[in-house]
Amino acid sequence: MSAVRVQTEPFDPGAELLALEALGGGAVASFTGLVRGDDGLIELTLEQYPAMTHRALSAIVEEAERRWPLLGATVIHRCGTMRVGDRIVFVGTAARHRAAALDACAFLIDWLKTKAPFWKREAFADGRRRWVEARADDDGAAARWG
Amino acid sequence: MALDIVYFAWVREAVGRDGERVDPPARVATIAALLDWLETRGGGYAEALADRSRLRAALDQTFVPLDTPLGDARELAIFPPVTGG
Repeated sequence: MSAVRVQTEPFDPGAELLALEALGGGAVASFTGLVRGDDGLIELTLEQYPAMTHRALSAIVEEAERRWPLLGATVIHRCGTMRVGDRIVFVGTAARHRAAALDACAFLIDWLKTKAPFWKREAFADGRRRWVEARADDDGAAARWG
Repeated sequence: MALDIVYFAWVREAVGRDGERVDPPARVATIAALLDWLETRGGGYAEALADRSRLRAALDQTFVPLDTPLGDARELAIFPPVTGG
């Protein structure tokens, strides 16, 4: 059972974890990404490529399911404008044992960062706006999975 | 052949539009050649497309390298490296 959602609305990680726990495995792992308030940042806007986003995220989940024996995986990515402390992204996995759940969760967020069509724009208290530059260590994190 | 182009993030802002339909000459066979052709329009196009190391592309919603032939694709997307998650 896998689920991929792209939405402007907030999500509830607790509810997502409960759904994964109900799948009958012995292990549930998750990652939640939040807006950080570095350098006076007040807003973060996520732009997406709507025609491609869901397909790209689904392909990443399918790859995780090929590599690990998962009972379920959930990926939720928000788009639109968020404020400091808001949740941006959720990845959750359920498996019989912890290794598959933990590794698949790390794989999903690493691949999502480099293979899903989203772009972040930061807005600061002093009025500056800038597009976030891709980070080489994100490519490195994705590459470690081969 | 007519091709729809869509732009994202700072590429969209520099070009000044979300997308457009283009009908390039037959010699324009790859994404890179299409970017060369668009760049000759100058202005925001020249600014957005000058540094190819900062550009990525998708043909019909699949990520591809810039030297990929356009073939009979219907939609080309041009954008910076992705920064989601």
